[in-house]
Amino acid sequence: MPEPITVTVNGRSVAVGAGATVAAAMMISESHCRKSVLGEPRSPLCGMGICFECRAVIDGIPHCRSCQIVCAAGMEISTDE
Amino acid sequence: MSREQKHFDVLVVGAGPAGIAAAVTAAECGVVVGVVDDNPAPGGQIWRGESANGPSEPASWLTKLHDRNIQMLSGTRVFDHPEANVLHAETADGFLELGYRKLILATGARERFLPFPGWTLPNVMGAGGLQALVKSGLPIAGKRVVVAGTGPLLLAVASYLRQHGARIAMICEQASLRSLGRFGLALLSQPQKIVQALALRKHLAGVPYVTRSWPIAAGGDGILKDVLITRGRGTEKIACEYLACGFHLVPSTELAALIGCRMRDGYVDVDHLERTSVPDVFCAGEPTGIGGIERSLIEGQIAGAAAAGRPDLAQKHGRARAKLERFARALDRTFALRRELQSLPLPETIVCRCEDVTYSRLRPYGSWRSAKLETRCGMGPCQGRVCGPATQFLFHWTPDSVRPPIFPAFLTNLAARACREAQPSGAMRGSQ
Repeated sequence: MPEPITVTVNGRSVAVGAGATVAAAMMISESHCRKSVLGEPRSPLCGMGICFECRAVIDGIPHCRSCQIVCAAGMEISTDE
Repeated sequence: MSREQKHFDVLVVGAGPAGIAAAVTAAECGVVVGVVDDNPAPGGQIWRGESANGPSEPASWLTKLHDRNIQMLSGTRVFDHPEANVLHAETADGFLELGYRKLILATGARERFLPFPGWTLPNVMGAGGLQALVKSGLPIAGKRVVVAGTGPLLLAVASYLRQHGARIAMICEQASLRSLGRFGLALLSQPQKIVQALALRKHLAGVPYVTRSWPIAAGGDGILKDVLITRGRGTEKIACEYLACGFHLVPSTELAALIGCRMRDGYVDVDHLERTSVPDVFCAGEPTGIGGIERSLIEGQIAGAAAAGRPDLAQKHGRARAKLERFARALDRTFALRRELQSLPLPETIVCRCEDVTYSRLRPYGSWRSAKLETRCGMGPCQGRVCGPATQFLFHWTPDSVRPPIFPAFLTNLAARACREAQPSGAMRGSQ
């Protein structure tokens, strides 16, 4: 088994399996991805990069589709939480 | 940010089964092949997370993709078709210009989502959506899941989730048993499909599969807690941690539409060699009809051979192609949406998730265009990929013409083309 990878989501450490996407890391950490225009919490819907509900800030880059980005050790993820 | 140019004899957009089959077949004909795909690894949605090791069908195709000297450009998203034989794409590093002699569109399909009260709650996901997340590292063991919507994907997803430890509370299929029965008869001409269906059935022993049933509300405070479903004459509230809900698939045709390919009944119109109405442009797999892996592999092989100048090699797949075409039409008929689903949204239910536009705000409009202009429905980052098919079903609106960029792109990448054009003459083009 490959070693788990540790990333941070809104400053909290989260361990995920090798190959896990950032969207999975956010769901594991029970963080919502974004707040909608009317302030609703939102989380991934399509899982394949078309709905944009899972977008988050990854290592300082905004609006990343987290379901299409694989976690790397030490990655810093922040959401609208 | 970097800027790069690449050129291929045959460029394939999409690395699912159709795209992989097209690329491998073209490469075996001796031409220079590239594949561009926006996911981190090839396989598309259906083969997500499959490895190239082992005896399985996906492994065999992924091995060939790797061994045939094909350039695989993963994590690369096409956003524009500025002129004939050129595509513009965005990568994690920057801008990429892709030139080609022949183009094969294998852009796949996505789930159709329908709005109902509570569908925007976290943990209400697509059926394929939840499966994709589980394949991407989300633990599902011990979680209680309701699978709902319509189409064969529901069974495949429920089976996959159960094998990974999920407790499937119920599978709700909106189609009627009668409709499914007719579909079963159609399957008799396709023995391989029957074997697949029986295998799924075995994995799902003991899971209630309810027809004429669909979710009417998802409940919870900030996160999903339960689902109210209708079945027969009554309703039932089911506690669950995830609702995996998708209403069959819709083809992803934005790039084909941007290029100007003729459409027919919502699909890209192709001939027996997968040629579109645009010279040098082929299309294979789900954009030409929702028919599953086998159909995508056959169409991919035909397109790959034809694009590489070997239409003779494509001919042998003619009969299989016709048979799978009939299967695709039977799928569309069987899992057609029942009209009752049009009354799922309440006035306050959000229809456009990007811009939070409610059903009552959209109801007065007569067209997609007027609704967009007045309410911003479909103007958010998904560009109507979710609410477009929904409003088409709810209000019979037809989508507008597609304009670039077909995906949101960074300004530096949108500007990359303008800068390059400015160089030869030293002046900006036109008064834009």
